Amino acid sequence: MSTITVTVNGKAHTSTVEPRTLLVHYLREHLNLTGTHIGCDTSQCGACVVHVDGKSIKACTVLAVQVDGASVTTIEGLAPAGELHPLQEGFWECHGLQCGYCTPGMIMAAADLLQQNPNPSDDEVRHGLEGNLCRCTGYHNIVRAVQYAAAKMRGDEVTA
Amino acid sequence: MIPAAFEYFAPGSVAEAIGLLEQHGDEAKLLAGGHSLLPALKLRLSQPGVLIDISRVAELHGIEAGDRLSIGAATTYAAIASDPAVLGGCAVLAECAGQIGDIQVRNRGTLGGALAHADPAADLPAVVLALDAAIAVQGPAGARSISADDMFVEMLTTALEPNEVVTRVTFPVLGAGEGASYAKLKHPASRYAIVGVAAYVRLHADGSVAAARVAVTGAGPRAERQHATESALVGSAGDAAAIAAAAELAGESMEYLGDIHASETYRRAMVKVYTRRALEQAVARARG
Repeated sequence: MSTITVTVNGKAHTSTVEPRTLLVHYLREHLNLTGTHIGCDTSQCGACVVHVDGKSIKACTVLAVQVDGASVTTIEGLAPAGELHPLQEGFWECHGLQCGYCTPGMIMAAADLLQQNPNPSDDEVRHGLEGNLCRCTGYHNIVRAVQYAAAKMRGDEVTA
Repeated sequence: MIPAAFEYFAPGSVAEAIGLLEQHGDEAKLLAGGHSLLPALKLRLSQPGVLIDISRVAELHGIEAGDRLSIGAATTYAAIASDPAVLGGCAVLAECAGQIGDIQVRNRGTLGGALAHADPAADLPAVVLALDAAIAVQGPAGARSISADDMFVEMLTTALEPNEVVTRVTFPVLGAGEGASYAKLKHPASRYAIVGVAAYVRLHADGSVAAARVAVTGAGPRAERQHATESALVGSAGDAAAIAAAAELAGESMEYLGDIHASETYRRAMVKVYTRRALEQAVARARG
C-alpha cells in the first residue's frame, strides 16, 4: 500500500491506496466523486477527463500514486457549490447533452481548451475536443455550448 | 480494468532509478507518461512486479536550446509542441508531437517513453530517424549515446540495454536551406499512424538537393529509413518530378504489417503517397 496526499477540488486528502489504483477509481470509490465517469477505460473516449495541476488528463490511464502531491479538479469542483460554471450553463442552455454520460469529460476538456484559447473558432473547439467521444452524436450542440461559455467568460454577450 | 498488483517506486534521480532496475531485474518496468504501459497493464498483457516511476525525475525534464536542441526524456508531447525553442528551431518536431493522440494524451505521453517503447505505429520514431537525433542513455556502466539509426531494432525492441534509461534526446536546429515535414495517415479513433512519413532535406544554393533523410513509421514492425528514396533525391533538382520518382521507390524493401485497419497492400501504396507529400512539404519549407 502507498500513502498519497492529493488536493482534490481544493481539499487535501491523505489516503492509503494500492499502487495499482487508477486515479478514476480513487476519485469515484475512495472520495465518492462519481461525476467523473468511466467510459471506454482505454483512454480514447474522454468520459474520465479531470485536471491535474491545471492540465486535462484521462483519469483511467493515470495511477492515483502518480498524482501524489498534485492538485486535481473534477467536474464537482469546477464551480462553487450551488453555482454553474459558464460551461455547465452553456451545456444546459444549448442542449449540449442528451444522455449526459460524456458531459463531465467534455466540460473538463473544454475548460482546459478555453484556458489555452479563450476565443476559439468552431473548428478549434472540435479539434480541442478530439479526445472526447459523444455517442448520442451531439457534437454540434456541444460546440455551441463551448462557444456560449467562451463568450460568457470573455464578457461578451451570450446567446443560447 | 485493473492492473495486476505491483510494487511502486518513485525515485528522485536517474541514478536511483538505475539502482532500482538493477535490484529488481526483469520484474521491473519503467513508468513515464504511462499511456502505452498502463493500457497494457490493464489488459494484463504485461504484469511487472515493480513499476519505477521516472515521470517526475527533475533531471529528465526540460528543453535546452543551443547548437542542438536537447530535450529531457520525460518532457511531455504537449510541452514539446508548445516550446518556443522547438517551434523556432525544429518546427517539425513540434508539429509531430502536437498531433499525437489528443491533448489529454499529449499532456501525459513523453518523448523518452515513446522512443523506449518503440510502438510500430508511434509517430516520433520517424521524426527522430529523419532528423538524425541522438538518444542519450544512462545505465549501470555509465552514459552513452545511441544514434537514431541504431535505436529501433524490431517491433517494441530498441538498442537499450535492460537497465538503461533514456535521459535526453538531441535534435538538430534547422537553418536556411533545410526543411522537414511529417505527413501521416492516422487511424481515426486512436490517431496512431497507419502510415507516417518524416522527411528532411537540405538544398544547395542552386536549389538542388544536397541531402535527404526519409523515414516511415506505422506501416511495418519498426520505423525505418528509406535509403532508395533518399539516394534518388540527392543530386536531383528537388522538383515535383524528382520527388514523385523518389517517392515511388519508398517502401519497396520494407517488411509490412497488415491488420483490420489497413492491409499490407494498402499500407505499401500509402507509404509512397505520404512519402511524396512529406517530401513536397519539406522541400517547400527548405526553399522558404
